[in-house]
Amino acid sequence: MSKQTTPLPANKALEQFFLEARCKLLDVAAILDRVNRGQEAGEVLANDPRIERIRKALEVMHDQSGGRAERIQQIFSLEYDSGWEKPKPRY
Amino acid sequence: MNYIDPHIHMISRVTDDYHRMALSGCAAISEPAFWAGFDRGSVDGFRDYFRHLTEVEPKRAALYGIRHYSWLCINAKEAENVELSRGVIQMIPEFLDKPNVLGIGEIGLNKNTKNEATIFQEHVDLAMKTNELILIHTPHLEDKYKGTRMIIDMLKNDRRVNPERVLIDHVEEHTVRHALDNGFWCAMTLYPITKCTPQRAADIIEMVGTDRIMANSAGDWGKSDPLAVPELILELKRRGHPDSAIRKLVYENPLAFWRMSNRWQEWPVEETAPVKKKEKARV
Ligand SMILES: [Zn+2]
Repeated sequence: MSKQTTPLPANKALEQFFLEARCKLLDVAAILDRVNRGQEAGEVLANDPRIERIRKALEVMHDQSGGRAERIQQIFSLEYDSGWEKPKPRY
Repeated sequence: MNYIDPHIHMISRVTDDYHRMALSGCAAISEPAFWAGFDRGSVDGFRDYFRHLTEVEPKRAALYGIRHYSWLCINAKEAENVELSRGVIQMIPEFLDKPNVLGIGEIGLNKNTKNEATIFQEHVDLAMKTNELILIHTPHLEDKYKGTRMIIDMLKNDRRVNPERVLIDHVEEHTVRHALDNGFWCAMTLYPITKCTPQRAADIIEMVGTDRIMANSAGDWGKSDPLAVPELILELKRRGHPDSAIRKLVYENPLAFWRMSNRWQEWPVEETAPVKKKEKARV
């Protein structure tokens, strides 16, 4: 199979996954509501980095230029520094 | 469709799982050495574990017609204990003549620490001296991207390493191209909450193709599904992927990678000649 093969036509994909998308969006919405509802019992601060990441991920969801799953993965990833001190191979 | 699950920890699964995997078309599996859920206290603890992997599980699998292979190492979590790790690495060659051992694995990083990197490199040193295949675990969740990049840095920093003999496991959307573009094999783990769903794995295949990539369940003592590979087969079929592409992903690719192992023995071709009748006793 060559690269970029998507046998599923867009109209069929929407047909097949519409209810799943609806369900997962509702799940996320309900999780956010759950967090808000519990603020009395034990608070989450506005600057909690996890909240910030969820907000950024929701922004990516609005952007239609593609690669959204990968970009959201990056939001939830620690930064990498190529200058880290590597162990030496023993030849 | 027959399939191979190239990463599953059967030591943590019940016999019923072997039964259901066999019913679902599982032809073979490979079991990497991993963390038992607690830190082991001695090299002898690992020696017993390796005996379990190389002697006990192949027999248990054979009862269901499943071929069982294994990979040996001390996992990244316990690699934090450098002294114990060095003892285990020294002991591994005792098992490198066992017929079902495919290579060194699953080595890798967990929290991307200095000790983990040191022990990762020492495993690579062993694999290079003994010419073994390597199976690599990449970290979970927020550590994955950084850890995968660090692992690739170490492999590229070692001129002995041939990427075609190395598999980088648990790739996801943000790491799969780093593995493939550097010439390594890779695998997606179908482990719904922390790794990849069958749907997202199918999406990844649609984005990168089917060369040098495979899928596994990584079934273990955590919440996982030993029938995850058949779930992916079903998802790909529902989307209209051809059987030839699916078979390449779930059967031919893992087999092609395993075939490069030092001790590989070809599976016998199915007997087609008629079996000679012997006289049977009647009781
Ligand atoms: Zn594993």
